[in-house]
Amino acid sequence: MASIVFAILFYLATLLFVVGLLYRINTYARTPAPLKIPTTPAPTTTGGVVLRMTREVVFFESLFKSNLWIWGFGMLFHASLALVTLRHLRYFTDPVWAWVEFIQPFGIYAGITMLLGLLGLWGRRLFVERIRYISTPSDHLMLLLLIGIAVSGLMMKFVAHTDVVAVKGYFLGLMHFNVQVLPSDLLLVAHLSMVVALLVVFPFSKLLHAPGVFFSPTRNQKDDPREKRHLSAWAAKLESEKN
Amino acid sequence: MADIVAPAYRTIPIIPALIPGAMEGKGPFVANEKINEALGFPGKLVDDWHDKAIAKMGDLLNKYRSFRVFMDACVHCGACSDKCHYFIGTQDPKNMPVARQDLMRSVYRRYFTIPGKLFPKLVGARDLTREVLDEWFNYYHQCSECRRCSVFCPYGIDTAEITMAAREILDHIGYGQKYSNEIIGKVHKIGNNLGLPGPALIDTLEGLEEDVKDATGVDVKFPIDVKGAEVLLITPSADFFAEPHIDSLIGYAKVFHATGTSWTLSSMSSEAGNFGMFIGNYDQLRTIAMRIRQAALELGVKRIVVGECGHAWRVAYSFWNTLTGVGDGADANDRFAQMLQKQLDHRYKQPSHICEFTWDMIQDERLTFDKSLNDKHIITFHDSCNVARGSRMGDLPGGQFEIPRNIIKAVANNFVEMAPNTTREQTFCCGGGGGVLTDDLLELRVKGALPRMEVLKQSVDEHGVNFMATICAICKAQFTKVLPIYGFDRKMVGGVHQLVSNAIQLGPK
Repeated sequence: MASIVFAILFYLATLLFVVGLLYRINTYARTPAPLKIPTTPAPTTTGGVVLRMTREVVFFESLFKSNLWIWGFGMLFHASLALVTLRHLRYFTDPVWAWVEFIQPFGIYAGITMLLGLLGLWGRRLFVERIRYISTPSDHLMLLLLIGIAVSGLMMKFVAHTDVVAVKGYFLGLMHFNVQVLPSDLLLVAHLSMVVALLVVFPFSKLLHAPGVFFSPTRNQKDDPREKRHLSAWAAKLESEKN
Repeated sequence: MADIVAPAYRTIPIIPALIPGAMEGKGPFVANEKINEALGFPGKLVDDWHDKAIAKMGDLLNKYRSFRVFMDACVHCGACSDKCHYFIGTQDPKNMPVARQDLMRSVYRRYFTIPGKLFPKLVGARDLTREVLDEWFNYYHQCSECRRCSVFCPYGIDTAEITMAAREILDHIGYGQKYSNEIIGKVHKIGNNLGLPGPALIDTLEGLEEDVKDATGVDVKFPIDVKGAEVLLITPSADFFAEPHIDSLIGYAKVFHATGTSWTLSSMSSEAGNFGMFIGNYDQLRTIAMRIRQAALELGVKRIVVGECGHAWRVAYSFWNTLTGVGDGADANDRFAQMLQKQLDHRYKQPSHICEFTWDMIQDERLTFDKSLNDKHIITFHDSCNVARGSRMGDLPGGQFEIPRNIIKAVANNFVEMAPNTTREQTFCCGGGGGVLTDDLLELRVKGALPRMEVLKQSVDEHGVNFMATICAICKAQFTKVLPIYGFDRKMVGGVHQLVSNAIQLGPK
């Protein structure tokens, strides 16, 4: 029974995640940026913009300038999450790719550091007056959701093992539209339910910061307004109307 | 207004505690019907303001990627929360950049996102009520669009873009700000922000020629409406008669004189400032900028040079090419832009900042200075926010920081920097930019100047600084007003070209 329910949930959640995200990205891409507004000093070449964006996305450069505590916890969480996510590829590949094998041990510790990062971020939200002031209930819940995913995952590793071979069989089956039996222990059900919830809220929430940053005109624009005329379609219309 | 006193300096630069509501109801005067209607806005708050405001918001979300992405991307991390000079000075939590954005974001979520429609409380979404609208008017006029927050945001969210959108929505429903809208009206009617008509301007310039002749014995000209001049100078109208601005205008004229450059002002287009940006209205921004294009075409100039003015330089540098074709690199079939770009001399940057012009001349050894004439000054440099974070000078990123400093060092012996986390890209706004330079916002202006005044005090105590140079008309006016409130001499502030003017040698080389 749980096997069928989760199969349906995962298919729907994945569909919503992909379609929702593509829709959002499409909206960002279609919306014109009529004026040159890079936050200067800004790179003057495309290569420079790629570098700036890479520093921003990989090292959180601006956040580093701002606040080392947020940067530290944020970095810890995001880097750990990346490792943990990659580690989970082993449930979707057979045979497991060599580099995924290689990161397995690191991925396990990353589960712990991810939790530490999340607790640090939540601690700031609870105890720093300014950040408490700007936090909405959903900000807290989002962190709780991620903490829940991390804790349930770690517990399956360190406290009560689940049948990972069966779990892998189940997900490989899902990928071929062939529903297998999912082990029915509580931790796994909790872990997977929360992952489904995360997939569902992603395209409708502040998690859109992930695709959003790539479309941020203050970061992705070249600083070349004097060298090249930049004109959006709706602004160009003003010229044909009035002149 | 006389009872406004400067807030105490923070002993160590710690983040201030929150005082909710500290700046509630301390917004600017509302524009009257005459002022609004002159710009084509509804005279007063329209009856169906709610629907009109939401519709305008939807329109802007489709027109500006910045606004669209910035509404979604914020994660409330708090990176910006202690970065705004108005928050530091007022301690009002709604002056934290993220909280200022959220005044708009909460409404965006309610009307434009599914979670906000379904679970408003959960995601901090709010209906657009009259109270919310008043809050917008109040707090979106306590932002100087200085972009300091955008430097620190991991997604580059620029509160200035959201402030502009808010002001655009407010204007659209007849709830505009008196100061900005009144000034824009003057530009349309008379040609400059100060409402200085052509004949008065010509008089002023003749007076200046006499003053400079008396002081130096040299016939430095202040030409106006000269067809066929090489350079058209577009400068903030405050340069024509405000103190200390006028000393920089004299400096520009001396540089042109000493280098034998033929130049002219324009009586029709006698304003560099563009308040269209302050109110976030593309049409106004464009219409105001079109005067420069028109003057350049009519006078047949080869170069356009912009005087010391912060937001004006951002508009000129970043937007003029888009708005009016003043620049380079238009498509061959872009007739509108080509018409002007064919006329301009592209061996030079179009437009150029006066500091770029002067620095080029210094490098070409076409200017000589007696640096000792500035020895009475121990000089520091205040980076103006929109020059620092919204523009460039020269060929390299950061030229907007180096070139003015290079000029100061070329014309004076004593230069010191202020604290590094308050200069260059991290500079603090003077407290008067972006449409708040009005006496009805004096309390805000005084409090917003606090972070700059703190580090100025530090450099006065440690280095004996007695002159803060800057290249912005608003900075100059704002500091002239607030320096005495903080116990400094108002004459401490002045332009970079004021220092140039002091030291330049006008005799034959």
